[in-house]
Formats: sequence, C-alpha cells, structure tokens
Amino acid sequence: MTVKTLSNVRSLMRETRLPPVYAILVVVFVAAVVLDAIFGRGQITSSTILTNMVVRSVALGIVAMGQTFVMLAASIDLSVAYLISVTAVMASYLMQGDPNRVPMAVAAVFGIGAVVGLVNGLIVSKLKVNPFIATLGVGLVLKGLLNASFETFVGAVPRSFQTLGYGQIGPIPISILVLLAVTIIGALVLSRTKFGAHLYAVGGNVETSRLSGLRTDRVIILAHVICSLTAVLTGLFVVSRLRSGAPWVGTDGLYDLESIAAVVVGGTALSGGKGGVVGTLAGVLIFGILDTMFNQLGVDTFLKQVLRGAIIILAVASYTIRSREKAA
Amino acid sequence: MANAQLPILEARNITKRFPGVVALNDVSIQFMPGEVHAVVGENGAGKSTLMKLLAGAYTPDEGELFFQGSSISFNHPREAQEVGISIIYQEFNLLPERTVAQNIFLGREPSRYGVVDQRQLMRQTQAVLQRVGAETMISPDAEVKTLSIAQQQLVEIAKALSFDSKVLIMDEPTAALATHEVEILTRLIHKLIANGMAVIFISHRFTEVFDLAKMITVLKDGQHVATVAADAATPSQVITMMVGRELDQYFPELARADEIGAVALEVVNGSNAKLHDISLKLRAGEIVGVSGLQGSGRTELAQAIFGVEPFTSGRILVKGTERPIKTPKAAINLRMGFVTEDRKAEGIFPNQPLNDNILAPVRALQALLRRIKRFGTAEKPQLVLELVQQVDVRTPSIQQEVQYLSGGNQQKVVLAKWLASTCDILIFDEPTRGIDVDAKASIHEMIRDLAQAGTAVLMISSELPEVIGMSDRIVVMWDGRISGELPAGAGEEAIMHLATGHQESHRTAVPEPRGEGTLEL
Repeated sequence: MTVKTLSNVRSLMRETRLPPVYAILVVVFVAAVVLDAIFGRGQITSSTILTNMVVRSVALGIVAMGQTFVMLAASIDLSVAYLISVTAVMASYLMQGDPNRVPMAVAAVFGIGAVVGLVNGLIVSKLKVNPFIATLGVGLVLKGLLNASFETFVGAVPRSFQTLGYGQIGPIPISILVLLAVTIIGALVLSRTKFGAHLYAVGGNVETSRLSGLRTDRVIILAHVICSLTAVLTGLFVVSRLRSGAPWVGTDGLYDLESIAAVVVGGTALSGGKGGVVGTLAGVLIFGILDTMFNQLGVDTFLKQVLRGAIIILAVASYTIRSREKAA
Repeated sequence: MANAQLPILEARNITKRFPGVVALNDVSIQFMPGEVHAVVGENGAGKSTLMKLLAGAYTPDEGELFFQGSSISFNHPREAQEVGISIIYQEFNLLPERTVAQNIFLGREPSRYGVVDQRQLMRQTQAVLQRVGAETMISPDAEVKTLSIAQQQLVEIAKALSFDSKVLIMDEPTAALATHEVEILTRLIHKLIANGMAVIFISHRFTEVFDLAKMITVLKDGQHVATVAADAATPSQVITMMVGRELDQYFPELARADEIGAVALEVVNGSNAKLHDISLKLRAGEIVGVSGLQGSGRTELAQAIFGVEPFTSGRILVKGTERPIKTPKAAINLRMGFVTEDRKAEGIFPNQPLNDNILAPVRALQALLRRIKRFGTAEKPQLVLELVQQVDVRTPSIQQEVQYLSGGNQQKVVLAKWLASTCDILIFDEPTRGIDVDAKASIHEMIRDLAQAGTAVLMISSELPEVIGMSDRIVVMWDGRISGELPAGAGEEAIMHLATGHQESHRTAVPEPRGEGTLEL
C-alpha cells in the first residue's frame, strides 16, 4: 500500500510541478508528529505550536528567498547575516521609539541594503572576485563598521512597528503573510519575467547567456541587490520582535549559512540555474519543524545541531543520487 | 535575380594571428546564397578560426569581410547574428535546464513591462520549429536536457532561423548524429538552401561533404589551398590537397606470426549492465582492433576491462591467472594502461605541467615499482625528457601546463604517461580522434612499436581505415556484444555487416551503410 501511495504522491508532484523537497517536508512533518506523540506531549499539531513554528521560520524564510536569487545566478551571499545586524541596529537607532521616524528609518535601511547589494554584485560581476570571498569580505567590513559604532542594544522601535513581528490579521500572524507574499512575488518574478528567465540563463551558463546578448553583469548585480533587500526585510522583522537591535542579532541567528542550507535543501543547485523559491520555502519549513520538534522533545542543543547537520546532508545527498539515477 | 550572382558573404585577404602562430594567412573565400559550402582541412588548418571570424567571435588582424557586397566588421557574435550570420558550434550553446522556447528566444522574449508573454512565446517558438520541420518532434516547453543530440541540434538551427539568418555556419554538424539523424539534417539543409540561405560547414566526414556541398574549400596550415566544385573533384583528390600525400602510406606493418606471444589478457563471459557475454583473448605483441558503431559498447568494454565500470559477472585472466579487476588501480597494478577517448575529462590534468602528467601513474605505483626495482629513480626528469622525445610532443618545456598544448600533443602526453609506467597491456580508446594527420601517423607507429616490444594492445576506433590498417585481429561489437571476429585485412564491408548486427550469411542482402564513413579522416 505504501508503495502505491508513494507512486501516487510522485505523479501528483509531477503534475503540480512541486519540487521534490516537498516529499521530504511531508516525511519530516509526519516523523515529527509521530515522535512527538510517542516521546513528547503530543501537542505538536496544536494550532498554537504550528503557528509559532511558522513564525519562527519567517526571519530565515525571507532572507532565504533572496539567497535563492543569488544562488540561481550561481553566486552566493555570505554578507546577509551582517546586513541583518546592521539593519536591526540602524532601524532601532534611527527610530528611537518614535513612530514618526519609522518611514525615514525604513527608507534608510533599505537604502543601505541596496548599496550593499550593489557593492556585492559589482565586486562579483565586474571584478570577477569569487562570490564567497567577495561577500564574506563585504560582510566583515559591515561587521567592523557596526562594532566600531555600537556595542550593545541601541534605541528601540516604537510599539506600532512591532505589529510587523507580533500583529495578526484575524487569526493569521502578519509575519506569515509577509513571508508568503515574499515567496509568491519571488516565484512570479522567477517564472514570469524576463529578469527571471535571464537569471536562470546566467546561472545555467554565463557564456551561452553572453552569446545570446544578455547583459549578464546586470542580472548578477540585480540578484545581489534583491538578496540584500530581503536581508533588510529580515532585519526589520527581527528588530520588530526584539524591540531593539544589537550588533550580534544577525550573526547569532546564523542567517548566512542557514539561508544557504535552506536554499540547497529546497533543491536549488549550488552551481546555479536550477531550482526556485517554492522549494526554498519547503527547506525553511523543514528547519522550522525540526527546531519545534527538538524543543518539544527537549533535545539537547548540541545534539540538535548534530541532527540538523545530518539531515541537511541527507537531503542534499538524496538529490544527487536521484539525478545520478536519472542520468544512468 | 542579379543578386544571386553576388556572394552573400566574402572573406578578402583575411589574416589572423595568435601568439606564436598564424592561424589564417591571407585567406579569401566567397560564399554564395543558396549553396552549401564545405570547409575541410586537417586539425589546426584554421577551419575553426575562419568560422569564428565569419561569426564575429574573432576580429581579423588583416583583411576584410563583406556582407552582401559591403564591408562589415563585428565586435561581438551578437552583431553578426543581427545582420543574419548564425553559427552553431560543435558544443551546443543551449541551457539544458530551460525549455526549448526559453532557449530559442533567450534575451528576446516577447514581453510587456518585463513580464514574458507566454502565449506569444509559445506561438513564435512553434512557428520557428515548423520552419525546421520539427514541430511534431519537439515541444516548445520541453526542457532541452530531455532532448536527443539531434533534436538539440534542430533547436539550435531553429534558434538561428529565428534571427532570420541568411548565412548559417555549422561546426561538424554530423559528428554526434546517427545515420538516420544525418538524413533529417540533410533534408533540412536542402530546404534551407532552397530558400536562398548560404550554409557553411566544417566536416571530417567526406561522405557528407560530397553529398551536401556544392563547393569545397580546402585549408592547410592556415593557407587557402583551393576552392573546388564538389562534382569536379574526388574525395582522394581533396584528401591529397589537405595532406599532400596518399592515404595508404599511413600504417605501419602488421605483426609477423613469430612476434605474437602468449595470451596476456583473457575475458571469459564478462557481463555488466551494458555488456553481455564478452569473451576475448589478447596476446602479447598483438594489436586487436575493436570496431563498432556509436553506442555498441566499445568504450564500455575498455572501461570494464580497466575496472572503471567493472564486469559484474564472468572472469578476467591476466597471463593465465584469474584476477578480479574492480578498480582502475587494480588494473594498473596488473600493468595495464588505458589511453582514454575523452582526453580532457579522463586522460590529462590540464592545469598541471607535462612532467607531472606523465609521472602520475608512475607515482601511483611507486611503492610497487620500488619493490620490483625497475624504476627505483622514477622521478628523474631524464625519463620524462626521453619519453617526450620518443612520442614527439611539441612543447617548450616539460614544465608547460598541458592545457596549453594542442589536441594532438595532449594525446601524445596521455600516451607518454602510460609508456612511463611500462605497461604489459595497453587499451587505446580512439587514439587519434581529432588530431592531425601527421600526429596520427606518428601515434600509429608508436602503437606498433609498443606491440613489437611485447605489449598486448587493444585499440578501439570508430575509424574503419584505422582499425583495418592497424589491427592484427578485429573484434566487432554490436549492442553490447561481440558480434564477430575478423582476421587482419578484413574489408570495411565485412566489419560494417557485423557492426550493424547482420550475420555474415546475410551479407549480400545488406546495402553498404552510410554515415559511419568509410572516408572519415
């Protein structure tokens, strides 16, 4: 019977064109429910816990969408965690708890993000510096500037701004709606626009794209700008939940490596040109489910990390094996 | 119609230099609309350089290009494409993960406010596919990776047509195609020239050159030797122009009976996923040629023997003793060597110097070699220098990175590598593919020298003259099996019968197959 349902699931996924990571998402969720029923309190399916689970995924989810864009272009962005810190600190510093300063502060941090993305993109595309090094370098510069200027929590966001982190429309948290909106916009941009088509092309083969007359540098730069803007949005979300920004919030959240892991688990190729934000959403949710499950079961923090790492490797290995089987 | 007499594209006194070589020297050619024009020549004759100049990928150092009578120059391939000159490289320029439609209209997607108009895109794609006659074969929203090589080529041609090209340049368009696919391409090319397009192609396959082309241009060492009408020349005349000598002189003499020794390698009923029931004997001092069509299992046979994709059943005996060969290392330990077909991917370390390339297997074996005291001081540069001289690698120094050598010289490096490890059994997979005639002859001689020195040689080749000229025995493969064995000097016809799966007894009923050409160079 299970074999039959499995093949049903497969054909269903083919028809809906859902990335294969959704199969893993279902497996992880079922496993979490079963384990929680046996060893935990069996509450993991309660709406409170489920909602919390998604809300916790929002911060990572938003920046992972941007990370998907740069990784589709066969680039990568290691500066996002530092940019999230910069955003959180600058937003609360500029707002100083005054609702009237919110628009100015938001505009300022998005401006900073755009500049960071532009710099990343220019270094990668024009100077041809390996994106790992380029964005790590930019990230370290940001970190240095931030640590030189701020030591701990500075300023505060006004209560009204905290609606982003804690508000609800009816029963649904606003933050979840923001994540969904970012995902849907990202998916539409990738599938429907010329920019999306060109992004896949550049990530798939730069030389082919160049010979087809694409301005490949622009595509890469724009992807980096988009990624930085999503990092800023994550930063704003983080600070709205924390009330105040500190220079370590981004790096402590491991948003750089976790966003890359979520994208890869979501099925986007590290080599670029293949994948998408819909898969990334599943990758992020898998992390959310794992964290919630480990919390419910009271798993030790370090063991948690071991298990997370193992699951990332297993997921990605399963894609490699699948594609090798297809090739044979 | 007066225009029909004017060349659509003309190269006048074109010279192109690269560091150290004159790739093209004062070459002038006219290409007429509605004609197929073949460009032939040895590797390194300057064919590819000429094609790239015509397509705007290079700019000439001297001379001029004329398009429809007026002087023209390109800074980027896109500019050539826009005036109507398209090029299809041997390595396709398609994105495997994207659809046919996305590939054809990449960078020119019909759109409104940046949003792609999917319906328009599909309609336009369907229309160009129709022009290449592939609308029923290829769906616009199929991902390119799911298509066959022939279909991908049709997509490339469709892409070229979508630019309203007046000149279509193709680099070895049939190299990877099966016979019936070549026919589809031939029909399409006839249709294109009937509509007034000029088609220029490079090919090593003379059957097609003479089938398709109206004019043939011969290049040699960057010089324009001649442009002749195809119906006024014979293949052997063209070959003589290319190389300046007759074909027959290439091959060294076969082994005499007393030079052939004991059985060095024996495969008994070897099978794996791709091979079935392979039995084969290879004797010291003997060259056994393996022939067969693309996909018949030739390369897989070599890989199975060498432990790359080992046999899953059956036995391998080396010098009479049964040996499991499950990895290449096991094969090397048994003093076997494998000169691979795909030099770049399997045979060389492109960014390492010559020296390290040649010594790679020696170093892998050092422990063993030291034990048998045959190569106690294997690292001596003398050894490498000697080998480089022996195989005649043209290189400024043994510290030269191999990626900067020409294809023929890279092949010689691969050869030297295995010579350095002094093998008893050597497997060659397409030892002379894609290298020029001179290098070919010297590699043939080297292989024969090795056999005379007592090495057992298994030589896989898709070129019938090479198999016939070199082999002391010929094994023919078909569909993963050995379909028959022929003695030295067997005819092309006999080989092709076995290679297409027909038994000897049906010989007369079968027409001579085309494509896997008898006059391939």
